[in-house]
Amino acid sequence: MVRVDGNGNGTSLIRVRNLDKKYQRGSEEIHVLQGLNLDVEQGDFVAFMGPSGSGKTTLLNLLGGLDVPTSGSITVAGDEVTAMSAKKLTGWRARHVGFIFQMYNLIPVLTAFGNVELPLLLTRLSKAQRRKHVETVLDLVGLADRMHHYPRQLSGGQEQRVAIARAIVTDPTFLLADEPTGDLDRRSADEIMELIGRLVHEHGKTVLMVTHDPRAADRAHAVLHLDKGVLVESAGEAPRR
Amino acid sequence: MKHLHLLFANLKRKKIRTTLTIGSFAVALFLYGLLVAIHGAFYQGVELAGADRLVVINRVSLIQPLPISYRDRLLQLDGVEAVTHANWFGGVYQDEKNFFPQFAVDKDTYRQMFPEYAITDEGWNAFLADREGCVAGAALAERFGWEVGDRIPIRGTIFPGTWEFNLRAIFTGTRPQDDTSQFWFRYDYLEERGPEWVKGLAGWYTVRVADPDRAAEIAKAVDRGFANSAWETKTEPEKAFAASFAKQMGNIEFLIMTIGTVVFFTLLLVTGNTMAIAVRERTGELAVLKTLGYPDLSILTLVLAESALIAVQGGVLGVLAAKAISPGLAKALPGFSFYLPPADLVRGVGLALAVGLVAGLLPALSAMRLRVVDALRRV
Repeated sequence: MVRVDGNGNGTSLIRVRNLDKKYQRGSEEIHVLQGLNLDVEQGDFVAFMGPSGSGKTTLLNLLGGLDVPTSGSITVAGDEVTAMSAKKLTGWRARHVGFIFQMYNLIPVLTAFGNVELPLLLTRLSKAQRRKHVETVLDLVGLADRMHHYPRQLSGGQEQRVAIARAIVTDPTFLLADEPTGDLDRRSADEIMELIGRLVHEHGKTVLMVTHDPRAADRAHAVLHLDKGVLVESAGEAPRR
Repeated sequence: MKHLHLLFANLKRKKIRTTLTIGSFAVALFLYGLLVAIHGAFYQGVELAGADRLVVINRVSLIQPLPISYRDRLLQLDGVEAVTHANWFGGVYQDEKNFFPQFAVDKDTYRQMFPEYAITDEGWNAFLADREGCVAGAALAERFGWEVGDRIPIRGTIFPGTWEFNLRAIFTGTRPQDDTSQFWFRYDYLEERGPEWVKGLAGWYTVRVADPDRAAEIAKAVDRGFANSAWETKTEPEKAFAASFAKQMGNIEFLIMTIGTVVFFTLLLVTGNTMAIAVRERTGELAVLKTLGYPDLSILTLVLAESALIAVQGGVLGVLAAKAISPGLAKALPGFSFYLPPADLVRGVGLALAVGLVAGLLPALSAMRLRVVDALRRV
């Protein structure tokens, strides 16, 4: 169960306490996140919504160890992410976080296979093991027959599915998705959300997603609104499907 | 090694730019190869000089002779093992442009003094048996299509008339750089046919010392022995003699260094700029790699490796082209031996690699220091 009151029990996979993030823009100080609390359990699917500039992506970056908070703490599976050095964070990210971006961010000179294999090159897996992992996840996202295609030879929806395969190929602890359907047509967006839903319900993945799309948010177990740097839970929490 | 496919894929990203950068390296390393070959042609005597040999010339200048009687006096000096002498002839074959060095040598001692030149006993004995006999280096014989038994007319410029010689042997070098463009004939023939003034005079002496460590000391002893005589001497190790001879043609070394430095500095700027553009264009992708957990060092290595790969490819192409063309140079400039030693080829590729790494360093550092959050915002 997702909580934003800071009273989650000790079983939370992700625990955020009193998270503050301030930016300096010229002489102006922008307080993006203000004392934010969050508890997410294993297998939760959380959607963050809110107006542009409300700090959704900043929160995602902090949860993914890409940015450091001004104060407060983030703990994932017992590891305090906010206390890690930059070097340690890099390794932690490789093991625990899968990122899905709005613009897919595939490497254009690599095939779908090459893109999905990238995170595995940091592991000690043999070439044959890597191949098996990549083929498995590409099959899972329905692109087994497109693995030797380059991004330019794929549709937007297919590119996003490759990006999802890249995010899950190392079997990370949780997935962070930043507007995964933001650049897709309705049909492709539905397919992507269907796929993310399957990852949650059939494979027990924990997903935290930023979205502007209410239809995408509808699929989440919980929809949280960021307003003036504070998380507010929506009226009703969606049932786990 | 796991990332080689990514490196090669990145190189194929902008094929024209990559080709041009590799081409810049190839041209620079081609030029490097030519400069090394030219340097070698001028300084081969220095590099190949025997550490146990001294050259004794007239103190006034190389073109002033020394008495033939000095041979016995030199042989009596402590530490001297052998002595030979030679004279410059300065003739031309058929045409003025057919220049090559001709030496009137002491038939009894010259061959033993220069064991680096390989010559058959049969050929040398034929030379000893024929007063008009001569010996030509392999490069020279090939240049004019001479074969043993040919009669070779040389028109004297210092010693008047046309001198005819019988080619009795062809010598080769035991090392690739050895100069085989020389022509030797017998000093006794020069003395017999030449003008009165040349009789009893040698152009210079070559002395072999028993202990190379004593070469400088013996050189001083030689000059001291002939001091205050009518024919004072100047004695130097063969290496120093060859170096001062090469310097008479101008400071080739300085010229080569200057050209080389300018070329490589320009290359550094060109490659540095190329890599900087490549990194700037790929900011988003590098940020994605960092997001996926690629450590800073991996990012640095990827960019540096790409720069190095371009440099090495261009470098190998360049030095191989220079190696391929150097025999042609030797034909265009007869009398010089253009040889590119394998060590210099490797050094050239190493130099290209170093330029590639230095050029890639700043872009690689900027890629390494990239802040993921900022970079992703720009995508």
